[in-house]
Amino acid sequence: MAVITKDGKRSWRRRSLRNQLAVQAGWLGAAVAFLVCWRFISEKTIWMFVLDAPQQAADLASRMAPPDWSYLAKLWKPLWDTINIATLGTLLAIVLAAPIAFCAARNTTPNSLLVRPVALFIIVASRSINSLIWALMLVTILGPGILAGIVAIGLRSIGFCAKLLYEAIEEIDPRQVEAVTATGASTAQVTAFGIVPQIMPAFAGISVFRWDINIRESTVLGLVGAGGIGLQLNASIMNLAWTRVSVILLIIISTVVFSEWISARVRQAFI
Amino acid sequence: MLKMSGLTKRYRTGDLALREIDLEVPDGQVMALIGPSGAGKSTLIRCINRLVEPTSGTVFLNDIELNALHRKGLRRARRNIGMIFQEYALVERLTVMENVLSGRLGYVGFWRSLFRKFPRPDIAEAFRLLERVDLDPMVDKRADELSGGQRQRVGICRALIQNPLLLLVDEPTASLDPKTSRQIMRLICELCKERGLSAIINIHDVQLARIFAERVVGLRMGEIVYDGLPDRLTPKVLTEIYGEEDWETTIGGEKTGGGDAGENEGDDEDAGPHPEKERLAGMI
Amino acid sequence: MATSTASPSSSGGVSWRKAPFIADARLRWGLGIGLGAYLAAAAGTLEIDWLRAWEGLPRGRQFISAFFPPDMTSRWNEIGEGILESIWMALTSTMAGIALSIPVGLGAARNIAPPPVYLFCRALLSVFRSFQEVILAIFFVKLFGFGPFAGFVTLSLATIGFYGKLLAEDIEDMDPVQAEAVRATGAGWFQWINYGVQPQVMPRMVGLGLYRLDINFRESAVVGIVGGGGIGATLNTAFDRYEFDSAAAILLIIIGIVLAVEYTSGLIRKRVQ
Repeated sequence: MAVITKDGKRSWRRRSLRNQLAVQAGWLGAAVAFLVCWRFISEKTIWMFVLDAPQQAADLASRMAPPDWSYLAKLWKPLWDTINIATLGTLLAIVLAAPIAFCAARNTTPNSLLVRPVALFIIVASRSINSLIWALMLVTILGPGILAGIVAIGLRSIGFCAKLLYEAIEEIDPRQVEAVTATGASTAQVTAFGIVPQIMPAFAGISVFRWDINIRESTVLGLVGAGGIGLQLNASIMNLAWTRVSVILLIIISTVVFSEWISARVRQAFI
Repeated sequence: MLKMSGLTKRYRTGDLALREIDLEVPDGQVMALIGPSGAGKSTLIRCINRLVEPTSGTVFLNDIELNALHRKGLRRARRNIGMIFQEYALVERLTVMENVLSGRLGYVGFWRSLFRKFPRPDIAEAFRLLERVDLDPMVDKRADELSGGQRQRVGICRALIQNPLLLLVDEPTASLDPKTSRQIMRLICELCKERGLSAIINIHDVQLARIFAERVVGLRMGEIVYDGLPDRLTPKVLTEIYGEEDWETTIGGEKTGGGDAGENEGDDEDAGPHPEKERLAGMI
Repeated sequence: MATSTASPSSSGGVSWRKAPFIADARLRWGLGIGLGAYLAAAAGTLEIDWLRAWEGLPRGRQFISAFFPPDMTSRWNEIGEGILESIWMALTSTMAGIALSIPVGLGAARNIAPPPVYLFCRALLSVFRSFQEVILAIFFVKLFGFGPFAGFVTLSLATIGFYGKLLAEDIEDMDPVQAEAVRATGAGWFQWINYGVQPQVMPRMVGLGLYRLDINFRESAVVGIVGGGGIGATLNTAFDRYEFDSAAAILLIIIGIVLAVEYTSGLIRKRVQ
């Protein structure tokens, strides 16, 4: 392998020659891929604007400079809505994700030929489509407002929660399940006594983790009319009210940092 | 010659781990450091290569004052001091060879070490050492594939390839079975002898200390309470170091040369104390 | 949960009830009441136009049926171009973001960085992480103009926030003894990182890098909505023109690519372990 014997002397290299070449080819490939991609991007970029950006940024910063704190009074309601969208959306998601996860986990699925692929498809579809796109579609159906936001967050989070949950279910200790089955329990009882206690901590952790992500996600739903503080952000940017924009950004940062802190604390308590 | 004077360490928690330690270790001496957990054994050896910064006092290795060194000097001094750890402390995801060669990091520039292009003599030396400890077939194994004794032997190679003047050994046998413990201790002592190295060995197993060391220092509450020959370790001395306990069995077993009644049961069948003593006699 | 409380009942027998999950009764009731109050307050202040939603349902059916069958062909040129642009953006921003997040992540690990550097890097990561990609994109489109460059910068910064934080946490969780042993050999700082730290965090970080590539591709679909280039721009146009069958095709392609990336990353992760 990496020990090379030559003329009775041994020398050592980190990798055998073939592996070494493969690794170097990998790096080269990555560099080439980057450059090729970069060329396409740069073709579509007006570099004059980019070069101009530092001045633009300085200009923008000076316009945002003293945040308009009086606007804060009008932001509490949208902020409350934002948090509600995240919380209720997460609740909706975990209620729907639990059965899907049980259908998707290899060891609990009722039917691995039909039910499992369907569950896996629901999971990947939900995960692939961003909550903003869900919101875009739901606003058309349900009309603008907070309901569209809640459902959008819920639909987007099903995939995330169900994926992590079914992975947790697949990792449970089968001996405990066996032991409960051996007592003569029914399938539902086995689930309740053998499986659920094992995945409860993971389940709680996943929900809180997703809630924290959803706080961040729900700050932008207003851009497409699905409620929350994004609505005010969009309006302020449209009206070039930059001092208001800076207040909104500051309040978003503090909310997100706060929710992250809560979520970390709660997860610690569970583990 | 290693010389400590007035070495004191107070942790930020306020615990006084070492109180005014004065200690000299002449070249070529293998010294065992015994004492109860929390006596400051680990702190003492870590204060020498400054993995722990001493609060006050001085440490001289030959004529270099270790505790006055700045970054670069400290690096250079550290490469003269090999260290062997409790629970081996190998980098588990690196191969045996990479672990051994990491002992040369103080000598090799960053870029060479990044691409694992170590100088030829270093690699030859690594092979020689691995052969010496019977590990040369394992060169390309990852460290986490090895058994405990094998890992500790890799750790020994890593320390020795530094070409050190002094070995610091921190509980080398803490997680090994009795037989492997003896083999490892014997290996360390033999290698020290071969290379004329001095060594400080932290060890909680009094029996092993008595068998292998030329000198024993007892530490209690950060102070030296015994310093002398291993066979002077009487029950009275052990009581002073560790506190009240029936020490007769620990020592008695050794005196009769028979039953090995102490903590180290179970290895009599192939390596009884008798051949042990003869080897030791040959070494000193 | 497994603890049991036994108490003598009036009939002289022994009854058993499952011990509650939260042992402290006051905390348990407090949390329960708090949760109830919150839900009531949330429900009370939600201004949901149920009538509008109800009226929307038949329209929704129409809307959804407009998605079928997905139409790949009529807008294929635009779709293909948008997808490619998204892939370029995802690749470049993942590479650039990870490269930049390594110094930031090292700086944000409490056990290897000095306190001022630690605080600075943590604050930086917090800011990058706080803003949803779309908000960042709005600003970068303002600064750099429409097109994929703004999307690239947005996704790179988001990658730094994500990857830097996880890298820092992984370094903080590493085995300190292995790192200490390398330091004791007299290794320099970079050598120490390379030999003592990197091998410990590498496998997880490779997996997370691939995961981030997946995220960046999905996010590239939304930065386009605000002008950051990529498939999002195509998708937005499709919605604006009420070409829902084309939109469905785009969504299916996104799902397909996410599946492919996930499958490949699973294979690579298995090899790295």
